[in-house]
Amino acid sequence: MPSRPPLSVTLAAAAGLLFLHLPLAFIFLYALTTEEKSYQFPPPGFTLKWFAVAWDRPDIWQALGLSLRVASVATALAIVLGTLAAAAMARYRFFGREAVSLLITLPIALPGIVTGIALRAALNLADIPFSFWTIVIGHATFCIVVVYNNAVARLRRTQGSLIEASMDLGADGFQTFRHVVLPQLGTALLAGGMLAFALSFDEVIVTTFTAGQQQTLPIWMFSELIRPRQRPVTNVVAVMVIAVTLIPILAAYYLTRDGEAVEGASK
Amino acid sequence: MTTPSTIPAVRFRAVARHFGEVRAVDSVDLDIAEGEFFAMLGPSGSGKTTCLRLIAGFEQPSAGTIEIFGEHAEGVPPYRRNVNTVFQDYALFPHMSVAENVAYALMVRGVGKAERLAKANEMLALVKLANFGARKPAQLSGGQRQRVALARALINHPKVLLLDEPLGALDLKLREQMQVELKTLQRSLGITFVFVTHDQGEALSMADRVAVFNAGRIVQVGRPEEVYERPATRFVADFVGGSNVIEPEAATRLRLPAGAWSIRPEKITLSATGNGPLGRVESLQYQGAQRRYVVAVGPDRLSVVTAAGTTAFTPGASVHVDWPADAPTRLEG
Ligand SMILES: Nc1ncnc2c1ncn2[C@@H]1O[C@H](COP(=O)(O)OP(=O)(O)OP(=O)(O)O)[C@@H](O)[C@H]1O
Ligand SMILES: [Mg+2]
Repeated sequence: MPSRPPLSVTLAAAAGLLFLHLPLAFIFLYALTTEEKSYQFPPPGFTLKWFAVAWDRPDIWQALGLSLRVASVATALAIVLGTLAAAAMARYRFFGREAVSLLITLPIALPGIVTGIALRAALNLADIPFSFWTIVIGHATFCIVVVYNNAVARLRRTQGSLIEASMDLGADGFQTFRHVVLPQLGTALLAGGMLAFALSFDEVIVTTFTAGQQQTLPIWMFSELIRPRQRPVTNVVAVMVIAVTLIPILAAYYLTRDGEAVEGASK
Repeated sequence: MTTPSTIPAVRFRAVARHFGEVRAVDSVDLDIAEGEFFAMLGPSGSGKTTCLRLIAGFEQPSAGTIEIFGEHAEGVPPYRRNVNTVFQDYALFPHMSVAENVAYALMVRGVGKAERLAKANEMLALVKLANFGARKPAQLSGGQRQRVALARALINHPKVLLLDEPLGALDLKLREQMQVELKTLQRSLGITFVFVTHDQGEALSMADRVAVFNAGRIVQVGRPEEVYERPATRFVADFVGGSNVIEPEAATRLRLPAGAWSIRPEKITLSATGNGPLGRVESLQYQGAQRRYVVAVGPDRLSVVTAAGTTAFTPGASVHVDWPADAPTRLEG
């Protein structure tokens, strides 16, 4: 039995949690305030009217729709390309392998602003107009890395002999990938995909360089902060963002947890 | 062993597999007959696994040719060879049930679900795991996993089954039980078994023929009695059952003809009044059914094993060492 942690550790943990989560509480608090110009504390009164106001704003719906579509497409792209890249890295030994691996993971280490400027310059040079797809490409650069990293780590832990066993039993490369490698990768891809989705959903910097007139949700929020109009509406949207990012994380948590429970239950 | 009229199940001709500077397999000639239980015995790193992987198709030879039932194996991928493997770590698919694992080879061939699961249950019954189909591999013991791996490899009725130290992870009792079961199974199925082990007792007791490996080469092939009683080289004499190796300069002192010799410890008898060279008991180990002595004869040391019923000598006693005329085996080189 592990012993109880000392009081000082408990206090430090509580302080850490408060520090992380208190600001979130303020988001909820100011989504309900009756005061719309400044964030006054304590709020003079509480109302739900900002939810109705937000509901009727077409610009919010547009931004939310765009963000969801971008995140979905970028994630899908990342899952396909990231998995393929990881599979190639795990399977083949070739000259410059480490260098290629570094190149794939570089976009996540590079400041977003560098990626953004680079992409914008490239798009300009190639004469490609800004569109939904330029945003997706921008996001895919770092989404792929997240999926790739998760997949590579899982593949590294998968026994090499499993793949050989599959081939030995008559499965060709494609069948082996489908029946052995992919199921092993399943949860890693789920985790990587979710993280990619969340990263894409709240991305600001790369988006500002690769979007034309379109506004993703984070960019819309950013522009709203500058304008002191109907401030609580921004908080309402922030609450929505929390919900949108929390739901898939909880879903994935329960999905993977159930999976383990099922395995154990068939005794 | 093989008669010219029958095609060997596996044939190696001057096969080598080098990894850079490492000569994992170095010019191996080998004929394994159909239906034979063939053991590959050798110390760690001697190239046994690499030989097996060459047969399975996971490795390609750097030189030489491999034939499987008379057909050139070059360029034939593992999934098109009628050869299956029981891996040392079993390599069961963790996300599939036991029955799905066993049915895997049928699934990738497109056999319908009901049919392949029925077949899988048959195979599981064969290895005495009839009611375990629904479990996951993680819910099995080591010995049970080993049987699943066996059933999975046998479902396709391979012509050759490769087993890489399949009993290495089991405890002694289970190991002995599985040795008997494997041998019985092999006899009843008539499949060629190529069995890798570094346990000489296992190789000698199970195999029809044994190949002794050292440093990427086969140093001797033969029936277990031949390899045990007539070791061809110092290495075999020492590795298979710890025989006495008598170097040429010691041979005359021990009244043997010139040359290097090997004499099995249990072929030597000790007596107070014999005709053989006189020595002194240096140490005695009581081992239940037998006694193990080290006897110093002049500057030479001989190990001697005697059965429990014979006269015992205490350390320090003077004894004559004798052996039958056919006991010494001449060693090469
Ligand atoms: N892929 C590889 N790359 C480089 N060297 C290798 C490779 N595979 C095997 N070797 C080397 O070849 C030699 C023979 O290896 P092998 O696995 O065949 O030995 P083994 O007889 O099966 O030993 P053990 O009883 O320990 O399993 C060893 O020195 C090993 O390090
Ligand atoms: Mg080995």
